[in-house]
Amino acid sequence: MIRYLVRRLLYAIPTLVGVLVLTFVIFFGIYSPEQLARQNIAVKNPTPKQINTWLKERGYDKPRKELFKEQFTHLAILDFGKSDRSKEDIWDRIRKGAGPSAEIAGMALITSLVVAMTFAMGLAYFRGTYLDRLGTLLTVLLLSVPYVVYVLGMQFLLGKLLKYGPIAGFERGFASWRFVFIPVLVGLIAGIGGSVRLYRTFLLEEMNQDYVRTARAKGVKEGGVLFKHVFKNAMIPVITTTVASLPVLILGSVIVESTFNIPGIGNYLVDAVNKQDFAIVRAMVYLGTLLTIVGFILTDVLYSVVDPRVRLE
Amino acid sequence: MNRSDLINAILSLLAPVLLVVAILRARKQPLWAEAFRRVRRNPVAMVAVVVLGLYTTVAVLDGIGWQVKGQINSQTLIDQAFAGVPSESTYSAPFAVRSSEVRPKPLVAPGRHVLGTDAIGADVLHRVLKGIRTAFIIGIGTLAITAPLAILLGLIAGYYGKTADDAIQYVYTVLSSIPDILLLIAIILVMGKGLLAMCVALGVTSWVGLCRLVRGETLRHRDREYVRAAKALGASPLSIMTRHILPNLLPVVIISLTLSFSGIVLYESVLSYLGVGLQADMPSWGNMIDGARAELTRDPVVWWNIAAAAGALLILVLSLNFLADALRDAIDPRLRSS
Repeated sequence: MIRYLVRRLLYAIPTLVGVLVLTFVIFFGIYSPEQLARQNIAVKNPTPKQINTWLKERGYDKPRKELFKEQFTHLAILDFGKSDRSKEDIWDRIRKGAGPSAEIAGMALITSLVVAMTFAMGLAYFRGTYLDRLGTLLTVLLLSVPYVVYVLGMQFLLGKLLKYGPIAGFERGFASWRFVFIPVLVGLIAGIGGSVRLYRTFLLEEMNQDYVRTARAKGVKEGGVLFKHVFKNAMIPVITTTVASLPVLILGSVIVESTFNIPGIGNYLVDAVNKQDFAIVRAMVYLGTLLTIVGFILTDVLYSVVDPRVRLE
Repeated sequence: MNRSDLINAILSLLAPVLLVVAILRARKQPLWAEAFRRVRRNPVAMVAVVVLGLYTTVAVLDGIGWQVKGQINSQTLIDQAFAGVPSESTYSAPFAVRSSEVRPKPLVAPGRHVLGTDAIGADVLHRVLKGIRTAFIIGIGTLAITAPLAILLGLIAGYYGKTADDAIQYVYTVLSSIPDILLLIAIILVMGKGLLAMCVALGVTSWVGLCRLVRGETLRHRDREYVRAAKALGASPLSIMTRHILPNLLPVVIISLTLSFSGIVLYESVLSYLGVGLQADMPSWGNMIDGARAELTRDPVVWWNIAAAAGALLILVLSLNFLADALRDAIDPRLRSS
């Protein structure tokens, strides 16, 4: 197991190098630091001197090769430096935002796993009937609604009309549940169509296996087959897709946090986009990539934990 | 018609004509003829086809236009259809006879704005219909650039294996390990908002899935007997890939393209919402939905703008999803045998 982990981590290195090169090309190749300086300096027609001091302050005045070396080593050891605009420490903000972000994303993940699995089991139990067909139709309908519309619509409906909770803001500690309630609900409902559809196919695939026939032949009741035999085996692909859905989770939290004005990492990113603060976006791209790669590795490890047929070596 | 109007009109007509030609040619082959017959018998799929046809018609009509007296820009056929519905000064509800604003001004065309008007008084139905063209340009523009490239790279990686495969796999592993939304934001941020930036960004993120799919399918076909027979007869690798293997992959490729089209159209709304979308004056559903952030907190609430845009988007995506499902049922041989 440890040998496998080490090997997987080593495999991740070339990928990370590729990502670092790509981010450098995007942020310093397509867009020159001079352009960036011009855009960031508040004066309308900055003098070359102003531009130079701006570049020097941020260390962007070096030749490309040196700049690449510096950026590469700094990002690689997760030293994100300071924001281009406000000069505050990026890690500082990430650390502050991690709590709210993790709270919302984690709760949305767990609730949607439970709720989606329940509905999928229901559809699988009634497979082939009109109820199943109606449910499947509904899932397609739900997953065709744009995420943004869910967020705005539910903020309006639940927050403004029904007053189930505050429509914006955040408070740390235990009181946060009031602020988190609607965002988590939004994440749950926005994702449910896709997950139920997916889990239903996992369950139905297992239903065609030989062991299900054996169980039925032994006289196990339909409910028992579904809940005991099929459920356990269908959880294997469910777990792996859950971890692999990390990028979707990031997307969701970016939209939800900026709409409900929650001081999480996603909101920080949207702020940076609006202020054209490239240093922050660069850091986010790298951090998001790291999370994704760790997620992939975790998926493989989890796979071997829940499925004894899979051996890592 | 001046030159740019003419180019626009020809380009707008080109895509549907190509599609019709492709369908007519495909009908001569037994596999596809059978598939079309199955789609025709599926009522949901037929509704989806009709809806997509209507959308395409609007998009094409919106591409054909010319100079009209009294207007600065060229007026497309859709614009001309709305010539009888003059703009108001600001928001007005669907079919409103009088304004509900705090300091009401008399309406210019009371009761004639089917879906109301937006902040600058433009007819919402007109904006929504114009949004179809924008959505189609983004979807088709992105796929037209990336699909051939993705298919070719997938074929090469799957057919040759070894170094070529390693190199191509490395590239898409790097790209797919960056979460899509972050890569999209980064690319559009440095390129500046606009159609081109959006197509490039969506192209970079959307080719990976298709390439991976084609590579996997090619691997399955590489050692089949028909490929070996073609090799023995002296066919070149290029002709084996494009004339022998590719036709067998077309069903999965077409289904995947249909689904990525709807994915791309959905992404436009997300990107506009995050501030990295199209320019604000482009008629797009993403821009309309983004504007609703302020409109839903107004009093009286302006709901018709987001409802119209979301409805148009939902119907398009739903039709594409249903069509993809029906195509999968119709052409997937594995499902057919059962």
